[in-house]
Amino acid sequence: MKAKKIEEKFFRVLMFLSTMFICMVLFLILFSILRSGLPYLSWEMISSVPSGGYYFGKEGGILNAIIGTLYLSLGSTLLAFVTGLPVALMMNVHLASMPRFVNSIRLILDLLWGIPSIVYGAFGFTIMIYLGIRASLLAGIITVTLFVLPIMIRAMDEALKTVPKGLLEAALSLGSTRSEISYRVFFKQCIPGMITAVLLSFGRAAGDVASVLFTTGFTDHIPTSLNQPAATLPLTIFFQLSSPIEEVRQRAFAAAVVLVIIILFISILTRVLSRKYHKNRINF
Amino acid sequence: MNSTKIHLSKLDLHYGKQHILKNIESEIPEKKITVILGPSGCGKTSLLRCMNRLTDLHPDAHLSGKILIDGTDILSSNEDITNIRKMMGLLAQRPYPLPMNIFNNVAYGLRISGRKKKKYLHHRVEHYLKLVNLWDEVKDRLHDPAVALSIGQQQRLCLARGLAVDPQIILADEPTSALDPQSSQAIEEKFMELKEAYTIVIVTHILRQAKRIADYVIFMYMGEVIEQGPVNEFFENPKQEKTKEYLKGMFY
Ligand SMILES: Nc1ncnc2c1ncn2[C@@H]1O[C@H](COP(=O)(O)OP(=O)(O)OP(=O)(O)O)[C@@H](O)[C@H]1O
Ligand SMILES: [Mg+2]
Repeated sequence: MKAKKIEEKFFRVLMFLSTMFICMVLFLILFSILRSGLPYLSWEMISSVPSGGYYFGKEGGILNAIIGTLYLSLGSTLLAFVTGLPVALMMNVHLASMPRFVNSIRLILDLLWGIPSIVYGAFGFTIMIYLGIRASLLAGIITVTLFVLPIMIRAMDEALKTVPKGLLEAALSLGSTRSEISYRVFFKQCIPGMITAVLLSFGRAAGDVASVLFTTGFTDHIPTSLNQPAATLPLTIFFQLSSPIEEVRQRAFAAAVVLVIIILFISILTRVLSRKYHKNRINF
Repeated sequence: MNSTKIHLSKLDLHYGKQHILKNIESEIPEKKITVILGPSGCGKTSLLRCMNRLTDLHPDAHLSGKILIDGTDILSSNEDITNIRKMMGLLAQRPYPLPMNIFNNVAYGLRISGRKKKKYLHHRVEHYLKLVNLWDEVKDRLHDPAVALSIGQQQRLCLARGLAVDPQIILADEPTSALDPQSSQAIEEKFMELKEAYTIVIVTHILRQAKRIADYVIFMYMGEVIEQGPVNEFFENPKQEKTKEYLKGMFY
């Protein structure tokens, strides 16, 4: 009896300590980013592009990177959603009677998920050279789409997997076709999971450096067409943090803060939207 | 005896190496209630699922023999499986409402059959909800999610949803097992009414219930049909030893 109580206590203390540790690490990261970036986050910083070259110019801000990151992540998330949704639905509705086949698709997607983004960048770069395309927003969007696609599909798949067999059977026995079931039943049941998948992919797209390094390039300007290069926030940090010039380094810190704010905003949005669409969901 | 609605002939079902249904022969009468009885695991649910080919979902299922509905074999016919399934409403042991509001649950079947006029939908949804005695309980909250209903209400909603597809056959797998006595009785009475228009096949564990509602009884044991016949004959004058043993259970 006594031993059990001590054991219980031990694990409770352990749990408490590790939770505290994680919170502390998170707090320290946020604190250091905000402390070094927040003072420089002025209206001018987020509303103007750098002047005099991003590496040497002391003037201007990071608008080029904010817009570039938004273009890139929105474009690739949209593409990945449109191409990934049918795959995820197919795996769970049309192929419901072939679990072994679907599991091997899952394995392949997990492998793709695990490949570092620099490999996607290198792959995109190889293709670009082959086709004779220069670093551009379009090349970046396509590369990042490839990179987030496995994440998108598997995240949607994990949500769709939770739909019980009984619901599929109920819908089938009403005489629905598989496509009707996909979009009217499975998609509806999993809207919260779908939102999570989209925003998870968006976050990964917005935060990745390596896949855009060769494919999107970098520029001081805001791209006005898909075949122009674009700046991104992660690369802004990467390039400018090593600058000998103080003002340039400040831009890197400001970019880090903006990136954190975007990610934070997305996480909160995920929560809010998931709750909103939770209403009709059947709980099993 | 009236005409046969579903004719099962030399039906065998395997799940992988397991032999689940063995050479099933049966003629299920039209516009009557047929009850499938038998101990747990004897294959009642499996037999029901064969009839609308939900066994297709099982990766290793192998189904052979014939299931003739009005003379057409649904295992070999070229008819689209979705049309075959529309002929049959399935009521599962546990209700699975669709992830939408109450109204749309019933309207679902109408919508996928291409009927989308608002006025028509309203009219039909009301009709079917009244048919299952649910209308009065939900008429003020048609746009609430279906999950907000109690299990008994969900079961009736699922029945209404199934009927809205306008089937000829109702397959019900222990439809009252999750319900309180009152809801069970309501469902039983509903079935008694519905048999005027529908051929009904019900799986149940409850012998008393079988006796109350059945016209025809199929008794299964270990994947085989041991005995079948009209309800009175079955309960009063069982012929097989196995049946007699099983029926003794009714008194304890
Ligand atoms: N998906 C499945 N895969 C493999 N075997 C199955 C599957 N479903 C059922 N079986 C097997 O088929 C046999 C019959 O099962 P079934 O569910 O038809 O029994 P039942 O008569 O409905 O029993 P209960 O009264 O307990 O519901 C059982 O031996 C069961 O183990
Ligand atoms: Mg069963």
